[in-house]
Amino acid sequence: MKVLVSVKRAIDYNVRIQIKSDGSGVVTDGVKHSMNPFDEIAVEQAIRWKEAGLCDEVVAVTIGPDAAGEQLRSALAFGCDRAIHVKTEEPVQPLTAAGVFKAIAENEQPQVFLMGKQAIDDDASQTGPMTAALLGWPQATFASSIELADDSARVTREVDAGLETLDVDLPAVITTDLRLNEPRYLKLPNIMKAKKKPIESSSLDELGVAPAAALESLKTAPPPQRESGVRVESVDELVAKLKEKSLL
Amino acid sequence: MSYKILIIADHLQGALNESTARTIACAQQIAPDAIDVLVLADDGAAAIAAEAARIDGVATVYHADDAAHAHPTAAVLAPRIAAAVERGGYSHVLGPNTTFGKDLMPRVAALLGAPMVTDIMAVHTPHEFDRPIYAGNAVNTVAAPADRVLVASVRCASYPAAAGGNEAAIEPLELDVEVPSHTRFVGLEQQTSDRPDLQTAPKVVSGGRGVGSEENFRIIYNFADKIGAAVGASRAAVDAGYVPNDMQVGQTGKIISPTLYICFGISGAIQHLAGIKDAGTIVAINKDEDAPIFEIADIGLVGDLFDIIPELERAVG
Ligand SMILES: Cc1cc2nc3c(=O)[nH]c(=O)nc-3n(C[C@H](O)[C@H](O)[C@H](O)COP(=O)(O)OP(=O)(O)OC[C@H]3O[C@@H](n4cnc5c(N)ncnc54)[C@H](O)[C@@H]3O)c2cc1C
Repeated sequence: MKVLVSVKRAIDYNVRIQIKSDGSGVVTDGVKHSMNPFDEIAVEQAIRWKEAGLCDEVVAVTIGPDAAGEQLRSALAFGCDRAIHVKTEEPVQPLTAAGVFKAIAENEQPQVFLMGKQAIDDDASQTGPMTAALLGWPQATFASSIELADDSARVTREVDAGLETLDVDLPAVITTDLRLNEPRYLKLPNIMKAKKKPIESSSLDELGVAPAAALESLKTAPPPQRESGVRVESVDELVAKLKEKSLL
Repeated sequence: MSYKILIIADHLQGALNESTARTIACAQQIAPDAIDVLVLADDGAAAIAAEAARIDGVATVYHADDAAHAHPTAAVLAPRIAAAVERGGYSHVLGPNTTFGKDLMPRVAALLGAPMVTDIMAVHTPHEFDRPIYAGNAVNTVAAPADRVLVASVRCASYPAAAGGNEAAIEPLELDVEVPSHTRFVGLEQQTSDRPDLQTAPKVVSGGRGVGSEENFRIIYNFADKIGAAVGASRAAVDAGYVPNDMQVGQTGKIISPTLYICFGISGAIQHLAGIKDAGTIVAINKDEDAPIFEIADIGLVGDLFDIIPELERAVG
Protein backbone atom coordinates (compact mmCIF):
# COMPACT_ATOMS: atom_id res chain seq x y z
CA MET A 1 0.00 0.00 0.00
CA LYS A 2 1.19 3.49 -0.83
CA VAL A 3 0.40 6.57 1.25
CA LEU A 4 0.76 10.18 0.11
CA VAL A 5 1.09 12.90 2.74
CA SER A 6 0.77 16.63 2.15
CA VAL A 7 3.18 18.92 3.94
CA LYS A 8 2.86 22.71 4.18
CA ARG A 9 5.46 25.17 5.29
CA ALA A 10 3.88 27.63 7.72
CA ILE A 11 4.95 30.14 10.34
CA ASP A 12 5.70 28.19 13.50
CA TYR A 13 2.75 28.00 15.86
CA ASN A 14 4.74 29.58 18.70
CA VAL A 15 5.47 32.76 16.77
CA ARG A 16 3.47 35.87 17.52
CA ILE A 17 2.75 37.07 14.03
CA GLN A 18 3.37 40.65 12.94
CA ILE A 19 1.16 42.37 10.42
CA LYS A 20 2.87 44.49 7.77
CA SER A 21 2.12 48.17 8.24
CA ASP A 22 0.94 48.52 4.63
CA GLY A 23 -1.70 45.86 5.23
CA SER A 24 -0.30 43.60 2.51
CA GLY A 25 0.08 40.55 4.73
CA VAL A 26 2.04 39.21 7.67
CA VAL A 27 5.79 39.47 8.10
CA THR A 28 7.42 36.21 7.00
CA ASP A 29 11.04 37.28 6.44
CA GLY A 30 13.31 36.12 9.22
CA VAL A 31 10.41 34.43 11.00
CA LYS A 32 10.66 30.81 12.14
CA HIS A 33 8.75 28.44 9.88
CA SER A 34 8.01 24.79 10.40
CA MET A 35 5.77 22.05 9.15
CA ASN A 36 2.08 22.77 9.71
CA PRO A 37 1.38 20.85 12.97
CA PHE A 38 -1.54 18.92 11.48
CA ASP A 39 0.64 17.78 8.59
CA GLU A 40 3.22 16.60 11.07
CA ILE A 41 0.51 14.42 12.62
CA ALA A 42 -0.31 13.10 9.14
CA VAL A 43 3.35 12.25 8.46
CA GLU A 44 3.66 10.56 11.86
CA GLN A 45 0.57 8.46 11.12
CA ALA A 46 1.87 7.30 7.76
CA ILE A 47 5.22 6.36 9.27
CA ARG A 48 3.50 4.40 12.05
CA TRP A 49 1.63 2.43 9.39
CA LYS A 50 4.88 1.77 7.62
CA GLU A 51 6.54 0.61 10.83
CA ALA A 52 3.57 -1.66 11.52
CA GLY A 53 3.87 -3.17 8.05
CA LEU A 54 0.52 -1.74 6.92
CA CYS A 55 1.98 0.23 4.05
CA ASP A 56 5.22 -0.03 2.12
CA GLU A 57 5.80 3.41 0.71
CA VAL A 58 5.19 6.90 2.07
CA VAL A 59 5.60 9.89 -0.23
CA ALA A 60 5.53 13.47 1.08
CA VAL A 61 4.31 16.26 -1.20
CA THR A 62 4.60 19.99 -0.75
CA ILE A 63 3.55 22.95 -2.87
CA GLY A 64 5.64 25.99 -2.09
CA PRO A 65 8.81 28.02 -2.50
CA ASP A 66 12.35 26.62 -2.44
CA ALA A 67 12.43 27.06 1.32
CA ALA A 68 9.63 24.51 1.70
CA GLY A 69 12.32 21.95 0.89
CA GLU A 70 13.22 22.18 4.60
CA GLN A 71 9.82 20.82 5.57
CA LEU A 72 10.17 18.01 3.04
CA ARG A 73 13.53 17.13 4.62
CA SER A 74 11.75 16.93 7.99
CA ALA A 75 9.14 14.64 6.49
CA LEU A 76 11.93 12.45 5.12
CA ALA A 77 13.58 12.46 8.55
CA PHE A 78 10.33 11.14 10.02
CA GLY A 79 10.76 8.22 7.64
CA CYS A 80 9.04 9.12 4.38
CA ASP A 81 10.69 7.29 1.49
CA ARG A 82 10.76 10.13 -0.99
CA ALA A 83 9.26 13.53 -1.61
CA ILE A 84 7.79 15.65 -4.37
CA HIS A 85 8.28 19.41 -4.34
CA VAL A 86 5.87 21.33 -6.52
CA LYS A 87 7.59 24.69 -6.74
CA THR A 88 5.70 27.97 -6.69
CA GLU A 89 6.97 31.29 -5.43
CA GLU A 90 3.47 32.62 -4.83
CA PRO A 91 1.37 30.75 -2.27
CA VAL A 92 -1.42 28.77 -3.92
CA GLN A 93 -4.98 28.71 -2.63
CA PRO A 94 -6.79 25.52 -1.65
CA LEU A 95 -8.63 24.95 -4.94
CA THR A 96 -5.38 25.15 -6.90
CA ALA A 97 -3.59 23.02 -4.29
CA ALA A 98 -6.36 20.45 -4.68
CA GLY A 99 -5.83 20.46 -8.45
CA VAL A 100 -2.12 19.82 -7.93
CA PHE A 101 -2.79 17.04 -5.41
CA LYS A 102 -5.28 15.45 -7.78
CA ALA A 103 -2.66 15.37 -10.55
CA ILE A 104 -0.10 13.87 -8.20
CA ALA A 105 -2.57 11.30 -6.87
CA GLU A 106 -3.32 10.26 -10.45
CA ASN A 107 0.38 9.78 -11.12
CA GLU A 108 1.18 8.07 -7.84
CA GLN A 109 -2.02 6.05 -7.28
CA PRO A 110 -1.88 5.98 -3.46
CA GLN A 111 -4.49 4.14 -1.40
CA VAL A 112 -4.58 6.89 1.20
CA PHE A 113 -3.91 10.61 0.85
CA LEU A 114 -3.32 11.96 4.36
CA MET A 115 -3.53 15.68 4.98
CA GLY A 116 -3.74 18.01 7.94
CA LYS A 117 -7.31 19.15 8.63
CA GLN A 118 -6.21 22.75 8.31
CA ALA A 119 -3.06 24.80 7.90
CA ILE A 120 -2.49 27.17 10.79
CA ASP A 121 -1.59 30.09 8.51
CA ASP A 122 -4.73 30.63 6.43
CA ASP A 123 -6.92 28.39 8.65
CA ALA A 124 -8.96 27.59 5.54
CA SER A 125 -9.65 23.90 6.20
CA GLN A 126 -10.46 23.30 2.53
CA THR A 127 -7.73 21.40 0.73
CA GLY A 128 -8.60 17.88 1.96
CA PRO A 129 -12.29 17.89 0.97
CA MET A 130 -11.53 19.76 -2.27
CA THR A 131 -8.94 17.17 -3.28
CA ALA A 132 -11.38 14.36 -2.48
CA ALA A 133 -14.08 16.10 -4.53
CA LEU A 134 -11.87 16.58 -7.58
CA LEU A 135 -10.76 12.95 -7.42
CA GLY A 136 -14.27 11.66 -6.71
CA TRP A 137 -12.86 9.88 -3.66
CA PRO A 138 -14.42 9.48 -0.24
CA GLN A 139 -13.22 11.82 2.49
CA ALA A 140 -12.93 11.45 6.23
CA THR A 141 -12.00 14.72 7.89
CA PHE A 142 -10.85 15.49 11.47
CA ALA A 143 -9.59 11.96 12.15
CA SER A 144 -8.73 11.05 15.72
CA SER A 145 -8.27 7.37 14.92
CA ILE A 146 -7.83 5.40 11.71
CA GLU A 147 -8.01 1.62 11.38
CA LEU A 148 -6.60 0.62 8.06
CA ALA A 149 -7.81 -2.51 6.24
CA ASP A 150 -6.90 -3.71 2.75
CA ASP A 151 -9.50 -1.82 0.83
CA SER A 152 -11.20 0.37 3.40
CA ALA A 153 -10.51 2.45 6.48
CA ARG A 154 -12.56 2.93 9.62
CA VAL A 155 -12.11 6.53 10.73
CA THR A 156 -13.23 8.15 13.96
CA ARG A 157 -13.87 11.84 13.42
CA GLU A 158 -13.92 14.65 15.97
CA VAL A 159 -17.22 16.40 15.31
CA ASP A 160 -19.11 19.02 17.32
CA ALA A 161 -21.52 16.44 18.69
CA GLY A 162 -18.81 13.98 19.78
CA LEU A 163 -17.07 11.20 17.88
CA GLU A 164 -18.40 9.97 14.56
CA THR A 165 -17.20 6.78 12.89
CA LEU A 166 -17.22 6.29 9.13
CA ASP A 167 -16.09 3.48 6.87
CA VAL A 168 -14.55 4.72 3.64
CA ASP A 169 -13.41 2.64 0.71
CA LEU A 170 -9.88 3.21 -0.47
CA PRO A 171 -8.50 5.22 -2.09
CA ALA A 172 -9.60 8.02 0.21
CA VAL A 173 -8.53 11.41 1.51
CA ILE A 174 -8.23 11.46 5.30
CA THR A 175 -7.48 14.65 7.25
CA THR A 176 -5.90 14.56 10.69
CA ASP A 177 -7.02 16.11 13.94
CA LEU A 178 -4.83 16.84 16.94
CA ARG A 179 -5.50 13.68 18.89
CA LEU A 180 -4.63 11.19 16.16
CA ASN A 181 -1.10 10.85 17.54
CA GLU A 182 1.80 12.73 19.04
CA PRO A 183 4.56 13.23 16.50
CA ARG A 184 7.98 11.93 17.52
CA TYR A 185 11.06 14.05 18.06
CA LEU A 186 13.42 13.75 15.15
CA LYS A 187 16.76 12.12 15.92
CA LEU A 188 19.99 13.32 14.39
CA PRO A 189 20.83 10.08 12.53
CA ASN A 190 17.42 10.22 10.85
CA ILE A 191 17.95 13.84 9.93
CA MET A 192 21.30 12.88 8.38
CA LYS A 193 19.77 9.95 6.52
CA ALA A 194 17.03 12.20 5.17
CA LYS A 195 19.61 14.28 3.33
CA LYS A 196 20.27 11.39 0.97
CA LYS A 197 16.64 10.65 0.16
CA PRO A 198 15.31 11.80 -3.20
CA ILE A 199 13.21 14.96 -3.65
CA GLU A 200 11.66 15.21 -7.08
CA SER A 201 11.02 18.71 -8.28
CA SER A 202 7.89 19.57 -10.21
CA SER A 203 5.68 22.52 -11.12
CA LEU A 204 2.08 23.32 -11.99
CA ASP A 205 3.11 23.50 -15.66
CA GLU A 206 4.76 20.10 -15.60
CA LEU A 207 1.71 18.62 -13.95
CA GLY A 208 -0.57 20.33 -16.45
CA VAL A 209 -2.47 22.14 -13.72
CA ALA A 210 -3.80 25.63 -14.39
CA PRO A 211 -4.27 27.90 -11.36
CA ALA A 212 -7.93 27.77 -10.31
CA ALA A 213 -10.18 30.74 -9.63
CA ALA A 214 -8.95 32.39 -6.47
CA LEU A 215 -9.80 34.94 -3.82
CA GLU A 216 -8.02 38.25 -4.00
CA SER A 217 -6.47 39.42 -0.76
CA LEU A 218 -7.33 43.10 -0.34
CA LYS A 219 -5.97 43.79 3.10
CA THR A 220 -4.61 42.18 6.25
CA ALA A 221 -5.24 44.01 9.49
CA PRO A 222 -4.96 43.34 13.20
CA PRO A 223 -8.12 41.99 14.82
CA PRO A 224 -10.25 44.37 16.89
CA GLN A 225 -8.58 44.73 20.26
CA ARG A 226 -10.45 44.05 23.44
CA GLU A 227 -10.40 46.83 25.98
CA SER A 228 -7.92 46.14 28.73
CA GLY A 229 -9.37 44.53 31.80
CA VAL A 230 -9.07 44.90 35.53
CA ARG A 231 -7.59 42.79 38.30
CA VAL A 232 -9.64 42.06 41.35
CA GLU A 233 -8.19 41.04 44.69
CA SER A 234 -10.91 38.82 46.05
CA VAL A 235 -13.83 36.60 45.18
CA ASP A 236 -16.24 39.09 46.72
CA GLU A 237 -14.93 41.83 44.49
CA LEU A 238 -15.24 39.53 41.47
CA VAL A 239 -18.82 38.60 42.29
CA ALA A 240 -19.71 42.26 42.89
CA LYS A 241 -18.32 43.20 39.46
CA LEU A 242 -20.27 40.42 37.75
CA LYS A 243 -23.47 41.40 39.53
CA GLU A 244 -22.90 45.03 38.54
CA LYS A 245 -22.86 43.87 34.89
CA SER A 246 -25.93 41.65 35.57
CA LEU A 247 -23.92 38.59 34.62
CA LEU A 248 -24.73 36.65 37.76
CA MET B 1 -27.10 42.72 -9.67
CA SER B 2 -29.54 40.54 -7.89
CA TYR B 3 -28.45 37.93 -5.45
CA LYS B 4 -30.02 34.73 -4.27
CA ILE B 5 -28.55 32.80 -1.38
CA LEU B 6 -28.93 29.15 -0.47
CA ILE B 7 -28.26 28.25 3.17
CA ILE B 8 -27.40 24.66 4.02
CA ALA B 9 -29.18 23.74 7.26
CA ASP B 10 -27.15 22.06 10.00
CA HIS B 11 -29.28 19.75 12.10
CA LEU B 12 -28.95 16.75 14.33
CA GLN B 13 -31.51 14.20 15.47
CA GLY B 14 -34.46 16.04 14.07
CA ALA B 15 -33.61 19.47 15.46
CA LEU B 16 -32.22 22.47 13.66
CA ASN B 17 -28.85 23.63 14.96
CA GLU B 18 -28.77 27.29 16.01
CA SER B 19 -25.80 27.78 13.68
CA THR B 20 -28.32 27.82 10.83
CA ALA B 21 -30.01 30.97 12.16
CA ARG B 22 -26.60 32.58 12.64
CA THR B 23 -25.65 31.76 9.06
CA ILE B 24 -28.90 33.37 7.94
CA ALA B 25 -28.01 36.51 9.93
CA CYS B 26 -24.79 36.74 7.91
CA ALA B 27 -26.69 36.19 4.65
CA GLN B 28 -29.01 39.08 5.52
CA GLN B 29 -26.00 41.42 5.47
CA ILE B 30 -25.43 40.56 1.84
CA ALA B 31 -28.91 42.03 1.22
CA PRO B 32 -29.98 39.49 -1.38
CA ASP B 33 -33.33 39.26 -3.15
CA ALA B 34 -33.98 35.93 -1.53
CA ILE B 35 -32.57 33.67 1.15
CA ASP B 36 -33.61 30.04 0.80
CA VAL B 37 -32.74 27.18 3.12
CA LEU B 38 -32.02 23.61 2.07
CA VAL B 39 -32.72 20.84 4.56
CA LEU B 40 -31.24 17.49 3.62
CA ALA B 41 -32.52 14.89 6.05
CA ASP B 42 -34.31 11.58 6.17
CA ASP B 43 -37.98 11.30 7.07
CA GLY B 44 -37.71 14.10 9.67
CA ALA B 45 -36.86 16.69 7.01
CA ALA B 46 -40.29 18.31 6.95
CA ALA B 47 -40.22 18.99 10.69
CA ILE B 48 -36.76 20.54 10.48
CA ALA B 49 -37.91 22.59 7.50
CA ALA B 50 -40.83 23.90 9.56
CA GLU B 51 -38.35 25.10 12.19
CA ALA B 52 -36.21 26.82 9.53
CA ALA B 53 -39.28 28.49 8.01
CA ARG B 54 -39.75 30.48 11.21
CA ILE B 55 -36.41 32.23 10.89
CA ASP B 56 -36.59 35.86 9.76
CA GLY B 57 -35.39 36.66 6.29
CA VAL B 58 -36.04 33.24 4.81
CA ALA B 59 -38.11 33.10 1.60
CA THR B 60 -38.42 29.38 0.91
CA VAL B 61 -37.27 26.29 2.74
CA TYR B 62 -36.65 23.28 0.52
CA HIS B 63 -36.45 19.87 2.03
CA ALA B 64 -35.08 16.79 0.35
CA ASP B 65 -36.12 13.69 2.30
CA ASP B 66 -34.01 10.64 1.62
CA ALA B 67 -32.76 7.77 3.75
CA ALA B 68 -29.30 8.54 2.35
CA HIS B 69 -29.41 11.86 4.26
CA ALA B 70 -29.84 10.20 7.64
CA HIS B 71 -26.21 10.96 8.43
CA PRO B 72 -24.56 14.02 6.99
CA THR B 73 -21.63 12.71 4.97
CA ALA B 74 -20.07 15.23 2.61
CA ALA B 75 -19.65 12.66 -0.16
CA VAL B 76 -23.42 12.14 -0.29
CA LEU B 77 -24.58 15.70 0.33
CA ALA B 78 -22.11 17.77 -1.70
CA PRO B 79 -23.18 16.63 -5.20
CA ARG B 80 -26.81 17.17 -4.23
CA ILE B 81 -26.13 20.66 -2.98
CA ALA B 82 -24.15 21.47 -6.12
CA ALA B 83 -27.14 20.29 -8.18
CA ALA B 84 -29.57 22.36 -6.09
CA VAL B 85 -27.38 25.47 -6.47
CA GLU B 86 -27.18 25.10 -10.23
CA ARG B 87 -30.85 24.34 -10.64
CA GLY B 88 -31.94 27.23 -8.42
CA GLY B 89 -29.55 29.74 -10.01
CA TYR B 90 -28.07 30.76 -6.67
CA SER B 91 -25.34 33.39 -6.51
CA HIS B 92 -24.21 32.31 -3.02
CA VAL B 93 -24.29 29.14 -0.98
CA LEU B 94 -23.49 29.42 2.72
CA GLY B 95 -23.09 26.94 5.54
CA PRO B 96 -22.07 27.34 9.18
CA ASN B 97 -18.46 26.79 10.24
CA THR B 98 -19.48 23.88 12.43
CA THR B 99 -17.72 20.57 11.78
CA PHE B 100 -20.67 19.76 9.49
CA GLY B 101 -20.02 22.87 7.37
CA LYS B 102 -16.22 22.59 7.49
CA ASP B 103 -16.40 19.06 6.13
CA LEU B 104 -19.06 19.77 3.54
CA MET B 105 -18.67 23.26 2.06
CA PRO B 106 -15.18 22.84 0.53
CA ARG B 107 -16.43 19.71 -1.24
CA VAL B 108 -19.36 21.72 -2.61
CA ALA B 109 -17.01 24.52 -3.70
CA ALA B 110 -14.70 22.14 -5.57
CA LEU B 111 -17.65 20.55 -7.38
CA LEU B 112 -18.79 24.03 -8.44
CA GLY B 113 -15.25 25.06 -9.43
CA ALA B 114 -15.40 27.99 -7.03
CA PRO B 115 -12.90 29.21 -4.47
CA MET B 116 -14.32 29.25 -0.96
CA VAL B 117 -14.36 31.81 1.82
CA THR B 118 -13.93 30.08 5.18
CA ASP B 119 -15.25 31.72 8.35
CA ILE B 120 -16.89 34.94 7.16
CA MET B 121 -16.80 37.33 10.12
CA ALA B 122 -17.95 40.50 8.31
CA VAL B 123 -19.58 41.33 5.00
CA HIS B 124 -18.39 44.42 3.06
CA THR B 125 -20.09 43.79 -0.28
CA PRO B 126 -21.73 40.68 -1.76
CA HIS B 127 -18.23 39.51 -2.78
CA GLU B 128 -15.97 41.11 -0.15
CA PHE B 129 -15.60 39.66 3.29
CA ASP B 130 -13.41 39.63 6.36
CA ARG B 131 -12.12 36.33 7.64
CA PRO B 132 -9.73 35.43 10.45
CA ILE B 133 -6.32 33.94 9.70
CA TYR B 134 -3.45 32.86 11.98
CA ALA B 135 -5.79 31.75 14.77
CA GLY B 136 -7.61 35.07 14.63
CA ASN B 137 -4.45 37.12 15.10
CA ALA B 138 -5.06 38.81 11.78
CA VAL B 139 -8.12 39.67 9.76
CA ASN B 140 -7.90 39.18 6.03
CA THR B 141 -10.24 41.08 3.71
CA VAL B 142 -10.80 39.06 0.56
CA ALA B 143 -12.64 39.57 -2.71
CA ALA B 144 -14.18 36.55 -4.38
CA PRO B 145 -14.61 36.43 -8.17
CA ALA B 146 -18.04 37.77 -9.08
CA ASP B 147 -18.34 35.55 -12.14
CA ARG B 148 -19.08 32.38 -10.23
CA VAL B 149 -21.04 31.05 -7.30
CA LEU B 150 -19.76 32.22 -3.95
CA VAL B 151 -19.30 29.33 -1.53
CA ALA B 152 -18.58 30.20 2.08
CA SER B 153 -18.77 29.11 5.67
CA VAL B 154 -19.90 31.59 8.29
CA ARG B 155 -18.08 32.13 11.55
CA CYS B 156 -21.12 31.66 13.77
CA ALA B 157 -19.60 33.42 16.78
CA SER B 158 -19.64 36.66 14.75
CA TYR B 159 -23.42 36.64 14.25
CA PRO B 160 -26.32 36.49 16.69
CA ALA B 161 -29.01 34.09 15.53
CA ALA B 162 -31.57 35.70 13.20
CA ALA B 163 -34.88 36.15 15.01
CA GLY B 164 -37.92 33.90 14.64
CA GLY B 165 -41.56 34.63 13.84
CA ASN B 166 -41.39 34.21 10.07
CA GLU B 167 -43.65 31.97 7.99
CA ALA B 168 -41.58 31.09 4.96
CA ALA B 169 -42.82 28.80 2.21
CA ILE B 170 -41.90 25.14 2.54
CA GLU B 171 -41.43 22.97 -0.51
CA PRO B 172 -40.17 19.45 -1.09
CA LEU B 173 -37.25 19.14 -3.49
CA GLU B 174 -36.37 16.11 -5.59
CA LEU B 175 -32.64 15.77 -6.05
CA ASP B 176 -32.01 12.97 -8.43
CA VAL B 177 -28.30 12.50 -7.81
CA GLU B 178 -26.63 9.14 -7.44
CA VAL B 179 -25.64 8.17 -3.89
CA PRO B 180 -22.03 6.98 -3.66
CA SER B 181 -21.56 3.74 -1.74
CA HIS B 182 -17.94 4.42 -0.82
CA THR B 183 -18.72 6.25 2.43
CA ARG B 184 -20.69 4.48 5.15
CA PHE B 185 -21.81 5.83 8.51
CA VAL B 186 -20.95 3.50 11.38
CA GLY B 187 -21.90 5.39 14.51
CA LEU B 188 -21.94 8.56 16.58
CA GLU B 189 -20.71 8.54 20.13
CA GLN B 190 -22.29 11.44 21.95
CA GLN B 191 -21.92 12.71 25.45
CA THR B 192 -25.35 13.14 26.86
CA SER B 193 -25.68 16.01 29.23
CA ASP B 194 -28.42 18.20 30.59
CA ARG B 195 -26.10 21.19 30.55
CA PRO B 196 -26.57 24.00 28.05
CA ASP B 197 -24.92 23.57 24.67
CA LEU B 198 -21.38 24.91 24.60
CA GLN B 199 -21.78 26.62 21.23
CA THR B 200 -24.88 28.60 22.11
CA ALA B 201 -24.90 28.99 25.89
CA PRO B 202 -24.82 32.57 27.21
CA LYS B 203 -22.52 31.47 30.04
CA VAL B 204 -19.55 29.14 29.77
CA VAL B 205 -17.22 27.91 32.49
CA SER B 206 -14.09 26.18 31.35
CA GLY B 207 -11.10 24.42 32.81
CA GLY B 208 -7.57 23.77 31.64
CA ARG B 209 -4.57 21.69 32.56
CA GLY B 210 -4.57 23.46 35.91
CA VAL B 211 -7.65 21.51 36.95
CA GLY B 212 -5.37 18.50 37.15
CA SER B 213 -7.58 15.47 36.58
CA GLU B 214 -10.84 14.09 35.31
CA GLU B 215 -12.03 13.80 38.91
CA ASN B 216 -11.16 17.38 39.73
CA PHE B 217 -13.17 18.50 36.75
CA ARG B 218 -16.24 17.69 38.83
CA ILE B 219 -15.79 20.98 40.66
CA ILE B 220 -15.88 22.79 37.31
CA TYR B 221 -19.12 21.00 36.37
CA ASN B 222 -20.64 21.70 39.77
CA PHE B 223 -19.86 25.39 39.62
CA ALA B 224 -21.16 25.58 36.03
CA ASP B 225 -24.41 23.93 37.12
CA LYS B 226 -24.74 26.41 39.93
CA ILE B 227 -24.74 29.36 37.52
CA GLY B 228 -26.45 27.54 34.63
CA ALA B 229 -23.40 27.54 32.39
CA ALA B 230 -22.10 25.22 29.69
CA VAL B 231 -18.68 23.65 30.23
CA GLY B 232 -15.65 24.00 27.98
CA ALA B 233 -11.98 23.12 28.17
CA SER B 234 -8.54 23.81 26.74
CA ARG B 235 -6.81 21.42 24.41
CA ALA B 236 -4.43 20.42 27.19
CA ALA B 237 -7.38 19.32 29.34
CA VAL B 238 -8.82 17.30 26.46
CA ASP B 239 -5.48 15.75 25.51
CA ALA B 240 -4.89 14.76 29.12
CA GLY B 241 -8.22 12.93 29.08
CA TYR B 242 -9.93 15.11 31.70
CA VAL B 243 -12.86 15.78 29.35
CA PRO B 244 -14.10 14.63 25.91
CA ASN B 245 -12.97 16.25 22.67
CA ASP B 246 -16.25 18.02 21.97
CA MET B 247 -15.53 20.38 24.86
CA GLN B 248 -12.38 21.88 23.33
CA VAL B 249 -12.55 25.62 22.79
CA GLY B 250 -10.11 27.33 20.43
CA GLN B 251 -8.61 27.59 16.97
CA THR B 252 -9.16 23.91 16.34
CA GLY B 253 -12.06 23.36 18.67
CA LYS B 254 -15.21 25.39 19.13
CA ILE B 255 -15.31 29.14 18.56
CA ILE B 256 -17.81 30.58 20.99
CA SER B 257 -19.30 33.93 21.92
CA PRO B 258 -21.02 33.66 25.30
CA THR B 259 -21.83 36.81 27.24
CA LEU B 260 -19.80 35.42 30.16
CA TYR B 261 -16.74 33.16 29.92
CA ILE B 262 -15.04 32.11 33.14
CA CYS B 263 -11.87 30.06 32.84
CA PHE B 264 -9.95 28.26 35.52
CA GLY B 265 -6.37 27.06 35.15
CA ILE B 266 -6.01 28.02 31.48
CA SER B 267 -2.80 29.83 30.52
CA GLY B 268 -4.21 31.68 27.50
CA ALA B 269 -2.32 30.27 24.51
CA ILE B 270 -3.20 32.08 21.27
CA GLN B 271 -4.89 28.94 19.99
CA HIS B 272 -7.24 28.97 22.97
CA LEU B 273 -7.87 32.72 22.77
CA ALA B 274 -8.91 32.27 19.12
CA GLY B 275 -12.01 30.53 20.44
CA ILE B 276 -13.14 33.20 22.91
CA LYS B 277 -12.34 36.56 21.30
CA ASP B 278 -16.03 37.34 20.87
CA ALA B 279 -17.05 36.53 24.42
CA GLY B 280 -18.75 39.44 26.19
CA THR B 281 -16.91 39.33 29.49
CA ILE B 282 -13.91 37.08 30.04
CA VAL B 283 -13.03 36.20 33.62
CA ALA B 284 -9.74 34.42 34.28
CA ILE B 285 -8.66 32.64 37.42
CA ASN B 286 -5.06 31.52 37.36
CA LYS B 287 -2.43 31.11 40.06
CA ASP B 288 0.30 32.55 37.84
CA GLU B 289 -0.01 36.33 37.79
CA ASP B 290 1.96 36.47 34.55
CA ALA B 291 -0.27 34.05 32.67
CA PRO B 292 -1.09 35.50 29.22
CA ILE B 293 -4.81 34.92 29.82
CA PHE B 294 -4.74 38.05 31.99
CA GLU B 295 -3.83 40.15 28.93
CA ILE B 296 -7.18 39.40 27.34
CA ALA B 297 -9.35 38.92 30.44
CA ASP B 298 -11.82 41.65 31.40
CA ILE B 299 -11.61 40.58 35.01
CA GLY B 300 -8.64 38.69 36.38
CA LEU B 301 -8.18 37.07 39.76
CA VAL B 302 -4.85 35.57 40.75
CA GLY B 303 -5.22 32.55 42.96
CA ASP B 304 -5.58 28.82 43.31
CA LEU B 305 -8.72 27.57 41.62
CA PHE B 306 -9.22 24.96 44.34
CA ASP B 307 -9.55 27.76 46.91
CA ILE B 308 -11.47 30.12 44.71
CA ILE B 309 -14.22 27.86 43.38
CA PRO B 310 -15.61 26.96 46.83
CA GLU B 311 -15.57 30.66 47.76
CA LEU B 312 -17.33 31.53 44.51
CA GLU B 313 -19.98 28.91 45.14
CA ARG B 314 -20.66 30.40 48.56
CA ALA B 315 -20.72 33.93 47.18
CA VAL B 316 -23.21 33.20 44.41
CA GLY B 317 -25.36 31.31 46.90
C1 LIG C 1 -2.00 23.44 15.93
C2 LIG C 1 -2.42 23.70 17.33
C3 LIG C 1 -3.76 23.88 17.60
C4 LIG C 1 -4.20 24.09 18.91
N1 LIG C 1 -5.53 24.29 19.13
C5 LIG C 1 -5.95 24.54 20.40
C6 LIG C 1 -7.34 24.79 20.69
O1 LIG C 1 -8.20 24.74 19.81
N2 LIG C 1 -7.68 25.06 21.98
C7 LIG C 1 -6.77 25.11 22.99
O2 LIG C 1 -7.16 25.35 24.14
N3 LIG C 1 -5.47 24.87 22.74
C8 LIG C 1 -5.04 24.58 21.47
N4 LIG C 1 -3.71 24.32 21.27
C9 LIG C 1 -2.82 24.15 22.43
C10 LIG C 1 -2.32 25.46 23.03
O3 LIG C 1 -1.14 25.86 22.36
C11 LIG C 1 -1.97 25.23 24.53
O4 LIG C 1 -1.03 24.20 24.63
C12 LIG C 1 -3.17 24.88 25.39
O5 LIG C 1 -4.23 25.79 25.15
C13 LIG C 1 -2.77 24.92 26.84
O6 LIG C 1 -3.85 24.53 27.66
P1 LIG C 1 -3.92 25.04 29.18
O7 LIG C 1 -3.96 26.50 29.21
O8 LIG C 1 -5.01 24.27 29.83
O9 LIG C 1 -2.57 24.44 29.77
P2 LIG C 1 -1.25 25.18 30.25
O10 LIG C 1 -0.72 26.07 29.22
O11 LIG C 1 -0.39 24.13 30.80
O12 LIG C 1 -1.75 26.12 31.41
C14 LIG C 1 -2.24 25.67 32.63
C15 LIG C 1 -2.47 26.91 33.48
O13 LIG C 1 -3.08 26.52 34.68
C16 LIG C 1 -2.57 27.33 35.71
N5 LIG C 1 -2.79 26.58 36.96
C17 LIG C 1 -2.24 25.40 37.32
N6 LIG C 1 -2.72 25.00 38.51
C18 LIG C 1 -3.59 25.95 38.91
C19 LIG C 1 -4.40 26.11 40.06
N7 LIG C 1 -4.43 25.19 41.04
N8 LIG C 1 -5.18 27.21 40.15
C20 LIG C 1 -5.17 28.15 39.17
N9 LIG C 1 -4.42 28.04 38.07
C21 LIG C 1 -3.64 26.96 37.93
C22 LIG C 1 -1.13 27.54 35.37
O14 LIG C 1 -0.64 28.71 35.99
C23 LIG C 1 -1.21 27.66 33.85
O15 LIG C 1 -1.35 29.01 33.44
C24 LIG C 1 -3.26 24.11 19.97
C25 LIG C 1 -1.91 23.93 19.69
C26 LIG C 1 -1.48 23.72 18.39
C27 LIG C 1 -0.03 23.51 18.13
